[in-house]
Amino acid sequence: MFEMDDIQKRILREVADLHKVPSGAYNFRVNSQLAGRNNSANIEITSKEDGSGIDIRIKSGTVNESVHIPVVLSVSGLTEVVYNDFYVGENCDVVIVAGCGIDNCGVQNSQHDGIHRFFVGKNSKVKYVEKHYGSGTGTGKRILNPTTEVNLDEGSVMEMEMVQIKGVDSTNRKTLATLKADAKLFVRERLMTHGVQQALSGYHVSLDGENSKADVVSRSVAKENSYQKLDLCIIGNAACHGHTECDSIIMDGGKILAVPSLEANHVDAMLVHEAAIGKIAGEQLIKLMTLGLTEKEAEEKIISGFLK
Amino acid sequence: MLELKNIFFTVNDAGTDVEILRDVNLKIDAQKFIVITGPNGSGKSTLAKIIAGIEKPSSGKIIFNGEDITDKSITERARLGIGFAFQQPVRFKGLEVFDLLRLASGKNLTITDACEYLSEVGLCAKDYINREVNASLSGGELKRIEIAMILARKSKLTIFDEPEAGIDIWSFQNLIRIFEKMRREIRNSSIIIISHQERLISIADEIVVLVNGRIQHQGSGKEILPKLIGTKSISSVCDKLK
Repeated sequence: MFEMDDIQKRILREVADLHKVPSGAYNFRVNSQLAGRNNSANIEITSKEDGSGIDIRIKSGTVNESVHIPVVLSVSGLTEVVYNDFYVGENCDVVIVAGCGIDNCGVQNSQHDGIHRFFVGKNSKVKYVEKHYGSGTGTGKRILNPTTEVNLDEGSVMEMEMVQIKGVDSTNRKTLATLKADAKLFVRERLMTHGVQQALSGYHVSLDGENSKADVVSRSVAKENSYQKLDLCIIGNAACHGHTECDSIIMDGGKILAVPSLEANHVDAMLVHEAAIGKIAGEQLIKLMTLGLTEKEAEEKIISGFLK
Repeated sequence: MLELKNIFFTVNDAGTDVEILRDVNLKIDAQKFIVITGPNGSGKSTLAKIIAGIEKPSSGKIIFNGEDITDKSITERARLGIGFAFQQPVRFKGLEVFDLLRLASGKNLTITDACEYLSEVGLCAKDYINREVNASLSGGELKRIEIAMILARKSKLTIFDEPEAGIDIWSFQNLIRIFEKMRREIRNSSIIIISHQERLISIADEIVVLVNGRIQHQGSGKEILPKLIGTKSISSVCDKLK
């Protein structure tokens, strides 16, 4: 097992809530190198032959198991593109944690573009947690461009928790999903940008099978002079239910463009979108101040609750 | 406990100065249950906000437990022991009932304590403690949660701005019971309620009648209540409720 320094350990805690080596299957990637790997009886991780990433294969019937595949970049000037493919068999119930953290104390940009593809078998249930985090005092940018492609077979369910709260200078997140009959997708995205950060987040969800369902909810906060574009699109190609919600708090000189869109190609497609952008309501601040909080404490409490 | 001295509050409405409060002088002692009443637009809510620090008076002084708090912020007054229950309770996306009760108490409140406060206001803690304080709650539920927060806060002086506003008749009956209990259990603290409701006015130690921004009457319930019957300062609950 690769010995990690304190910065690397801290990033690991931020992105994967890991304080020690997890039980079950894992693959740690630190500064473009394999830092540790473990397979379990049901979960096998292998490097792609061309070295571009890893394949994670989960046997049918695997339940109550987890896979951690955190990525840490702590050297300035590293740029990498990684392809990770997840093959989840039938009737599984698993948790996949895939965070990425960059610490950049140098002047050169550090960039990680992770392309994750999921092939979820019939009646399987996957919980996917992805946390992105940046730190470091250097002028080099911390850039993360994740692309997530989700293919849900009949009756499968995927719950996605996508969180990027701090320190990422530029991000272009793309999430594409296709759902077969009775498949369900639940997405909870939390984004916060500050300084002059830019975040683009796009979802393109195709409900192809009968009785498929998607609920995509994004909550975001744009502080200081940051910019966000949130592009949430659901396409109904069958009798299905789709809901997108895009709820944002804008502060200081922040800018947000929310583009929710729906496309119905079937008469029984039921699609709904909601979008709201606004500053913190003055009465919310006043209420918390009457409980003894300062204005700043009240603001922090409101934001942390909103992004919980 | 609280003393208001020569309070004036003026707003500018399209170039014209409008006096909302005119030379209000009021003294509230400890262990008192006071109702401030008066017709709509008489300045009652403004007076409540001035005490909590949400509005600043144009002139005059506010003394709380011997200290001049006129220039103190909302936060400072809250920390000195002034609590405020909103007429329209505020909703928070993401914050749960337990979060707000914990903030109100100012300490690491236990679930048992939180349950206590919620059951006081007739809410089953199991159903509410982890509920988000968002648009899914009704006006009556929000009002009860607001009062539970006040109970958790344990302020020396609490101001309720029209607690009866926006709630259904069933919630109103419960609300009256909660205030009657507060009235019985008042200890080293005082409560000011802005209200039109006869049921609330009738349990007050003292009634203050505000008309056109001035205090018109002030005195014990026995003294003032007969003067109010039939005026716009009071509305009795309908017969069905009695």
